[in-house]
Amino acid sequence: MPSNPTKLASLFAQAQAQIQLPSSSASSSAASSPNNMTADPAAPSLGLLSYSSASAVSKASANLSPQELKRRHAQFGPLVHPSHLHVSQQAKGVLPDFIEEEPPLFYLLTTYISYLILIIFGHVRDFFGKRFKKEKYQHLIERNGYAPLTSDFDSFYVRRLKERFDDCFSRPTIDVPGRYLTLLDRTSSDYNSTFKLTGTTTEALNLSSYNYLGFAQSEGQCVDAFEEAIHRYGTSTASPRAEAGTTDLHVETEELVARFIGKEASMIFSMGYATNGAALPSLVSKGCLIISDELNHASIRYGARLSGAVIKTMKHNDMEDLESLLREQISQGQPRTHRPWKKILIVVEGLYSMEGTMLNLPRLVELKKKYKFYIFADEAHSVGAIGPHGRGICDFYGISPDEVDILMGTFTKSFGAAGGYIAADKAIIDRLKLDNMAYVYAETMSPPLLGQIEGALRTIIGEIVPGEGEERLQRIAFNSRYLRLGLKRLGFIVYGHDDSPIIPLMIYSPAKMPAFSHEMLKRKIAIVVVGYPATPLVKSRARFCMSSSLNKDDLDRILRACDEIGDMLMLKFRPSEHPRWKFEDVIRKGVMDCKRDMLDE
Amino acid sequence: MSLHDTLIYINSTVESISSQFTRLPGSSIILRYVRSSYQNDPARSVLEFCLFLFAVRYFLASKYSVTKKDFVRLTDGEIDELVDEWTPEPLVPAMDEASQTDVDKIPVIVGATGPKVKLATGKSAMNLASANMLNLVSNEQIKQDAINTVHEYGVGVCGPPGFYGYQRVHINAEKDIAAFLGMPAAIIYAQAFNTISSVIPAFAKRGDIIVADAACNIAVCKGITISRATVRWYEHNNMEDLERVLERVSKEVKGRPLTRRFVVSEGLFENIGDICNLPKILELKDKYKYRLILEESFSVGVIGKTGRGVAEYYGVDATEIDIISGSMANTMVAGGGFCVSSEYAVKHQRINALGYVFSAALPGYLAKTASNAVAIMTTSPELFSQLNANARAFREIISKSQYVYSPSDPDSPLIHLRLKSEILETRKIDDEDHVLQDIVDECLYNGVLITRNKYVQSAENFPILPSLKVQVTTGLNKKETEKAALVVKAAISKVVAKIPKAKH
Ligand SMILES: Cc1ncc(COP(=O)(O)O)c(C=O)c1O
Repeated sequence: MPSNPTKLASLFAQAQAQIQLPSSSASSSAASSPNNMTADPAAPSLGLLSYSSASAVSKASANLSPQELKRRHAQFGPLVHPSHLHVSQQAKGVLPDFIEEEPPLFYLLTTYISYLILIIFGHVRDFFGKRFKKEKYQHLIERNGYAPLTSDFDSFYVRRLKERFDDCFSRPTIDVPGRYLTLLDRTSSDYNSTFKLTGTTTEALNLSSYNYLGFAQSEGQCVDAFEEAIHRYGTSTASPRAEAGTTDLHVETEELVARFIGKEASMIFSMGYATNGAALPSLVSKGCLIISDELNHASIRYGARLSGAVIKTMKHNDMEDLESLLREQISQGQPRTHRPWKKILIVVEGLYSMEGTMLNLPRLVELKKKYKFYIFADEAHSVGAIGPHGRGICDFYGISPDEVDILMGTFTKSFGAAGGYIAADKAIIDRLKLDNMAYVYAETMSPPLLGQIEGALRTIIGEIVPGEGEERLQRIAFNSRYLRLGLKRLGFIVYGHDDSPIIPLMIYSPAKMPAFSHEMLKRKIAIVVVGYPATPLVKSRARFCMSSSLNKDDLDRILRACDEIGDMLMLKFRPSEHPRWKFEDVIRKGVMDCKRDMLDE
Repeated sequence: MSLHDTLIYINSTVESISSQFTRLPGSSIILRYVRSSYQNDPARSVLEFCLFLFAVRYFLASKYSVTKKDFVRLTDGEIDELVDEWTPEPLVPAMDEASQTDVDKIPVIVGATGPKVKLATGKSAMNLASANMLNLVSNEQIKQDAINTVHEYGVGVCGPPGFYGYQRVHINAEKDIAAFLGMPAAIIYAQAFNTISSVIPAFAKRGDIIVADAACNIAVCKGITISRATVRWYEHNNMEDLERVLERVSKEVKGRPLTRRFVVSEGLFENIGDICNLPKILELKDKYKYRLILEESFSVGVIGKTGRGVAEYYGVDATEIDIISGSMANTMVAGGGFCVSSEYAVKHQRINALGYVFSAALPGYLAKTASNAVAIMTTSPELFSQLNANARAFREIISKSQYVYSPSDPDSPLIHLRLKSEILETRKIDDEDHVLQDIVDECLYNGVLITRNKYVQSAENFPILPSLKVQVTTGLNKKETEKAALVVKAAISKVVAKIPKAKH
């Protein structure tokens, strides 16, 4: 505990020493990288597109009108102080186990009871509704020989629990989902069954978009590249990649992605979800085994089911469980016939989007040597968002990307575009050009998106607007640690690893979810609450997605809001052996506090 | 039986049960326990009884799952040995030379696609290989509006629709598409290929019944697989077979509880180019009380007098179809797919369709592009008559070829060409795709880009017949289209004529 001021001061000095100013382009952290690309001799041309040298973050703001500057800052906030930067890296190469804290039993009990009440009420209403309000329930009742389109049992949760706070979801927006979001206000006169737009808008701080590096912007080098690409390539190629949908720009972007990820080749798809949906069936089939983390994303489950392989689930991020499963499966072989498995594919995510936990890659790679399985890592949330060079989970641990067979990711998140990719050896990628459904049948990625992607990647690498990529990377790393630790100090239970930009704040009770969301919106902060079925029944939470576009002032505003609401709704569940800090202390000491190796021992 | 008799009957049964019970050893202890606890606290007895039932269930259940019948017990040493011995197959099969050629022959276009394209090989060609049938790719207004939209919304949406990814451009595009097709409501998905694969499982669940056309495209098939519904296939576009299947199913399910039943078909079949017999399907589905899911990726914006798809083509009201899905990535030159249906069904999808819930929303500028494409199609219906004229002109010429036939509808601008079976026989062609690729190469050499129908056979439910795929476009005028047709026809003749006839 850095409670005495001298220790704090020395920590601050240490932290200061580690930080470079965003403008210094030669970076000491880049020098320590094993596969360093910034050091490449400057290529005479960067490729097919050109990028204006003006950055939309720090430079060229001198000749902007006040409105323009305001808009820019609404999308990407200015850095308040150079100490608000940090390098995202697992220094020791091993992942500390993340200890799931439990709230006092009383709260778990009341959570169960509130579900019980909700469920009983729901059933009673259904019972009477179906008998006395037939026209409202017609979709759930058999009618002239047709079964109901949706079964009342399947939709029970949605109708009876989720609809009660439907106003917290699908809030329509306008404008860029950057630092601020502009929500279209709406009201409901029938208990959230339908909504009406009121015509007014609310500008709220955005803690919910997957805008990790803050590339959701309406100007700057990425948008320049977007515009050039749309003029030269149009909005669509109107054909799948394998037929007549491939342009030279697609080929170039694939090369750039491969270079960024550190693989020989890559392929790009028009949707991240479908990337998984098509990649898994093209790799494994009947007679193969998929071992999938229990918290894997729906797209992975979708792909795994389509593949026809046998699917086993492992406990979340639990490498011991994986090892015992592997020993059992390899020794037993396929069910009934006991034939050996053709191959085993372990499917994991780099960063889990609901828990904020990071993959224990070092241990997984160790196991791979012994058990000869293949690794498919979904980096949808980790690519760009973590690692000293933003190259994801391998970068974060300093592990060579060669150790992972298939690295998959999406462009929807860190890069502010859309679509997904997989990166692997060239022989694999070539094969998949014949066998991958999404490559052969699905529409090609819209070419101007490639402009956005190239712009973002080249910024991160440092090929264009030097210094900006680094600033973005280090800001999200700092922001994530600062907010996470701050929330813990205030007494909240927060899941996930220290460096994770996904910060789930545990709420538990279902009724507090909408309350929390409403209170935050009252304070003009837009957040996401998630509950069952996306999480276990009693583990409802608010999920904060960190972004480089926020600055410390924003984070302090969030902390203050959480502090107030936490007291109001009694959300500070953290067991009392962790000392609570006052809000003022948190923001005063937080900057130094969050830069220590291990947060909150 | 009167009430009195019933009471006597119940009484005697209870009596006999309780006398049986007292005969059981230890029953008096239980009775005493229940009695004493009941006096003090009736709720407790109930609770304990529930707990007891739960415990029994729990033990039974766990015993069931632990007994793995064919589990072989092994020592750690044996397992280590087995682990050492195990050699997995490579992650993907190695590339042979033929596969590498296939990959290398995928054309790379330099710059924009359009009616005329330049390829990376330096060759320029008329493009009949992309779905840019109305040539909206070349529309400057669409591009400018897309840029304006990005200046307003940024490029990506950075989140699924449920989490602040539902923007005003999406709301507008949904309204436009629903209005264009005359349906109550619409929902847009981020990828056309994934749309129907998400729509089907949102409604059809285990135990439900799907009767589907055997030639449906792979996206439909994957949706059916994911849904876990019971599926029965009917012969492609064979209405008698459809009726037979429906009849058989209704016999099978007799006496069982009613479940949801769907007929699933494509509007214009992607792999064939013919059009489903919508009036007959509607008649049958009403008769047997099925709902119809129609995949219109290749018919909306393509056929019908004003491009409104199969319903318009047959002059029926679109609202008779329960659920229509389609693509905004083909002739609408945007991206993503849509599904139009009743308000209720759309609302249901927003919460239950996997590809909608678990994926980032379509970028705003593509939603805007779709809106614009719909506006153009609405205001320029003459595009569709031009398209139809081009399709017919192409068919006119190609029908004279003695080597190929087209299974496609004469009205379809998507034209498949297959080698006639007597050609395959007399010339002993077993690698048909190879011959077709030679034809494609020959066409390209003469300045016309077409493609072979590409597919992943291992992922398909039924064998796909190899074919050439031609998509005519209004970007080329009738003369140019005819010229292209002549090139294709000549290329076919040249390639096939070179293959010697097998001697008998
Ligand atoms: C782990 C993971 N994989 C894949 C996806 C799908 O990506 P997209 O939104 O680009 O379709 C997501 C999106 O939420 C995800 O979290």
